[in-house]
Amino acid sequence: MSKLLFERPAITRLTPGVPSKHGAGTVIAPMPLIDGVKVDDLIDKYGSPLYVFSERTIRKGMEDIKRAFSLRYQKVQMAWSYKTNYLDSICRIFHQEGSWAEVVSGFEYDKAIRNGVKGENIIFNGPGKSIEDLEKAARNGSFIHIDHIDELFMLSDVCQKKNIEARVAVRINMDIGIYPKWDRFGLNYENGEAWDAINRIMMNPKLKLMGLHTHIGTYIMTVDSYRIAATKLADLAVNIARKFDHNISYIDMGGGFASRNTLRGAYLSGEDTTPSFDEYAEAITSALINSQIKPDKLPTLILETGRALIDNAGFIAGSVLANKRLSDGRRATIFDVGVNLLFTAFWYDHKIHPVINHSGLVEETTIFGPLCMNIDVIRPSLMFPAIKRGDRFVITRTGAYNNTQWLQFITMRPNVVLIDMNHNVHLIRRAETMENVSENEVIPEYLA
Amino acid sequence: MIIKGNIALSDNGFVFNPSTGDSFTMNKTGKEVIMLIKEGQDLSQISQSLLEKYDVDSNTLERYLSDFVNDLSVNNLMEE
Repeated sequence: MSKLLFERPAITRLTPGVPSKHGAGTVIAPMPLIDGVKVDDLIDKYGSPLYVFSERTIRKGMEDIKRAFSLRYQKVQMAWSYKTNYLDSICRIFHQEGSWAEVVSGFEYDKAIRNGVKGENIIFNGPGKSIEDLEKAARNGSFIHIDHIDELFMLSDVCQKKNIEARVAVRINMDIGIYPKWDRFGLNYENGEAWDAINRIMMNPKLKLMGLHTHIGTYIMTVDSYRIAATKLADLAVNIARKFDHNISYIDMGGGFASRNTLRGAYLSGEDTTPSFDEYAEAITSALINSQIKPDKLPTLILETGRALIDNAGFIAGSVLANKRLSDGRRATIFDVGVNLLFTAFWYDHKIHPVINHSGLVEETTIFGPLCMNIDVIRPSLMFPAIKRGDRFVITRTGAYNNTQWLQFITMRPNVVLIDMNHNVHLIRRAETMENVSENEVIPEYLA
Repeated sequence: MIIKGNIALSDNGFVFNPSTGDSFTMNKTGKEVIMLIKEGQDLSQISQSLLEKYDVDSNTLERYLSDFVNDLSVNNLMEE
């Protein structure tokens, strides 16, 4: 007769009082499968911890957002935000789905070219473009989004000297009624700087004004902010048409749509509060359609949505290293995933599921990572089942920013796998080795 | 290793300490361990019976049994 599954014995104090609005109990569902593939099989083959991506979820997200916007507006173009996740295989899925590339550095620009994106389908954002970057992007016909007046002069200078033309847009920041106001990127709408830049561009024969761009912030929960931003950009487009008899080709609303993760400190779950793609789409497209732009001159709407499209498709599977009790009596569990691999733990209360079934008893637990650093906290407090050393878990919605902002700190970064549409598993980034990490170091002769 | 005499234990893992007013809940293994302690078994006897029943090695079991007994003490459920 086979033996029973062992759950470590656990006792938890019941706290009397009024139940919270979430109810009296906490249910943590086990997660034995990711997209139909056994987590145990993944870890047995590829090691722990392990990044896992679901191609099915990525494509479904693209289908949802395209449907939400194209139902309401004729000309919609997605541009994949490289900084959110620039693993080549992930980028290529988005490009297969019709996304252009939205890049913010020369490195990302070159990555997009390597991924087969044509220069004319690259949007180049960011405040740190070099003269070489600007020249390359201009020659390739990419859309250069001017971030500051100095960049405008730099680009103008390059175009004059090299006798080339550049396709440009102006990145515009504005008051859209939310705090904090994002005014460090782009040129300001209210103080007239943006209009000044537009005038300079329109009067420069080497620069072709193709569009207007804004990126109002990140994890924006208020769809009305997008409505205000789209209205202001549409007003600028009308003023440009009136003054210069020039119709811009596109309005780029940037990114910033929230994913369904729960922000740290938020009272309600992100699953309940995050606006749907339909709500964002309704706010933006109605503002454009109801603007003074003539119907036959309505520009293409570009979206640089990153987080909301990839967060849900990413998972980190890992193993419990240890359990301990803290001085105040709380349980603490140490995972083999730290903030080096899960940078977003600083922002989110990530949902964590044990792989195996459990009795349902949960204890207040702090989840630490394995780094020898006080800041390495994955969840400061959550109700979690009695798991033991060696048990496995899955952290969900980890697809955005964790594979671009990850840190090579005291250990190497692990394997990354992709589960394709047919549930086949592909290694898309090998775990780092000591050689990878050390190969660029140079030891002076006297230390050799 | 003795559970305090006034501690009330129910079949479904509910524990009540009338002297402090605290109540607790346990998982299935916790309930089994506390029942065996109440029957007067020592840790090695409890270990043996759990090893026969559950898919667990003796080291892991020893580590979590001692942890659990410590939890019982911390929560004032054991005689000093």
